[in-house]
Amino acid sequence: MAKPDEIRRIQRIACDLRANVIKMIGVGKVGHIGGSCSLAEIAAALYFSKMRIDPNDMKNKDRDRFLLSKGHTVPIQYAALIEMGVIPREHSSGLKTLEGNLQGHPDMKTPGMEAVTGSLGQGLSIGVGMALALRYKKSPARVYVAMGDGEIAEGQIWEAAMAAARYKLDSLTGIVDRNGFQATGATRDIFEIPNLVEKWRAFGWNALHVDGHDVAAVLNALDEAEATKGVPTVIVADTVKGKGVSFAENTSAFHNASLTQAQYDQALSEIAEAKRILQ
Amino acid sequence: MKSPSLRNAYGEALVALGRKDDRVMALEADLGKSTQSVMFQTEFPDRYFQMGIAEQDMMSTAAGMALAGMIPFVHTFAIFATGRAYDQLRNSVCVPNLPVRICGSSAGLSDFGDGKTHQSVEDVALMRAIPNLTVICPADAIETTKMMEHMLDWPGPVYIRINRNDLPFVTPENEPYAIGKVSLLRQGRDVAIFAAGVMVSKALEAATTLEADGISARVINVSTIKPLDRDAVIRYAAGVNAIVTAEEHTLIGGLGSAVVEALRGVAHAPVEFVGVTDRFGTSAERYDILMERYGLTAEAIAAAAKTILRKNDK
Repeated sequence: MAKPDEIRRIQRIACDLRANVIKMIGVGKVGHIGGSCSLAEIAAALYFSKMRIDPNDMKNKDRDRFLLSKGHTVPIQYAALIEMGVIPREHSSGLKTLEGNLQGHPDMKTPGMEAVTGSLGQGLSIGVGMALALRYKKSPARVYVAMGDGEIAEGQIWEAAMAAARYKLDSLTGIVDRNGFQATGATRDIFEIPNLVEKWRAFGWNALHVDGHDVAAVLNALDEAEATKGVPTVIVADTVKGKGVSFAENTSAFHNASLTQAQYDQALSEIAEAKRILQ
Repeated sequence: MKSPSLRNAYGEALVALGRKDDRVMALEADLGKSTQSVMFQTEFPDRYFQMGIAEQDMMSTAAGMALAGMIPFVHTFAIFATGRAYDQLRNSVCVPNLPVRICGSSAGLSDFGDGKTHQSVEDVALMRAIPNLTVICPADAIETTKMMEHMLDWPGPVYIRINRNDLPFVTPENEPYAIGKVSLLRQGRDVAIFAAGVMVSKALEAATTLEADGISARVINVSTIKPLDRDAVIRYAAGVNAIVTAEEHTLIGGLGSAVVEALRGVAHAPVEFVGVTDRFGTSAERYDILMERYGLTAEAIAAAAKTILRKNDK
């Protein structure tokens, strides 16, 4: 079980990641705020607690891998890599700019990025390939793939789900960031996928269901995933789109949007307040 | 004598690579006999992955393997590798420039019985348009074997377009092979015929019939369609009165287009294309009659050359 100190540390890092996302997107520039913020605790738990990675040795062959299949929310991944010192903090102003280092979707040229993702539905398959190859090489590395609840309408996700179960890939963990909203509206209105936990189980996975903002629950689920042998594990994480930024919560309006100066200031002050309460 | 089957040559060469380097892995979508990757399965069951009839997943899975340091070979029919899994090939594999090898078998019209859904007359156009991707098309089993020897070290992804049927031996056994080169198979003064794959043997046949009519034709095997050896294409296109390209592919965006693109900006003789006009394939009981119906013959190549030469005379 995760210790209270550790939980508090990860909660605070999640606030830092959200602040990084807001600063990166800035004022008047369009960015994927909602789906980045919903993943903050999960990203913090993975990068700063669960995954065996060394910021100074990101090419280590036995490092754990994180793939952001929902690649449009790459600001949260950049935020984590910036906080780890893998991406220089001054690069954050270069998000989606011609001369900058941070592409609009995950790209191998950015330090710490493991794959090209964002054409939705491909990340889990890439994770299956990595896990198969790493197992062949007898590497202890684990592979984590974060998916969106809108994204999993892509059939390729379910092809990969079948392949992972067929090959008993217990080194692979899927995470569904179920924030309930996609580009143009609520997922239940756009393309609802009912009985999601049962679906993954039917596809041969160990499926866990957690509150994706409950750091203790996320950490425990990640530990349970690692302890589960013979089958891959998926963590269906219920989250809030835009979590931590009140006006962006539970709406698709900030799926990919720009902030006014007033909204920017409000977002950072709300995040700072949330972090202060955690002291 | 070696087998004239390209897929057997491919399968044997893949096994040889597997023996040489344990980074070689093979992925399959339930067509192992058509691609002969089944040979690899027998010898290296722990590096062979049956992915089921799920080509899109297979393509991205290969990308993941390459990202973990492997050299994966993906096997399915050419049309599924390039069409169904296009986006996966483009984004998972080619954007990060990974050393994935895509074996597109039963290419062109070579799967004559199965008809238009399984034949691929547009794959070269699709593959040529993707940055980072190398496109190769062996003319015979000898060349297939030689190509495969370069598959460990060639950087970036490679699409290998493989004919399903036995093809005549046309490339010299003891000549060195290099990706990115075109090779002159026959000298000639009047006509230059650029051909790829099955059409190379037909071009050589055409050169023989043209010779009987007093027309001297050179034949160039373009087994690397991309990156195309532009200097060599310009060199071999020079000094003749007619240029003909011959391909088992739509005339839109394939070898003919590539040759004309290479000749842009330089003065050259008139060019005629032999290939599939803008239409899909169809079922046939034999490969040769299908090729005849689609005008992919030695006669068509010779006629194209003569048409240009006649026009020149006027």
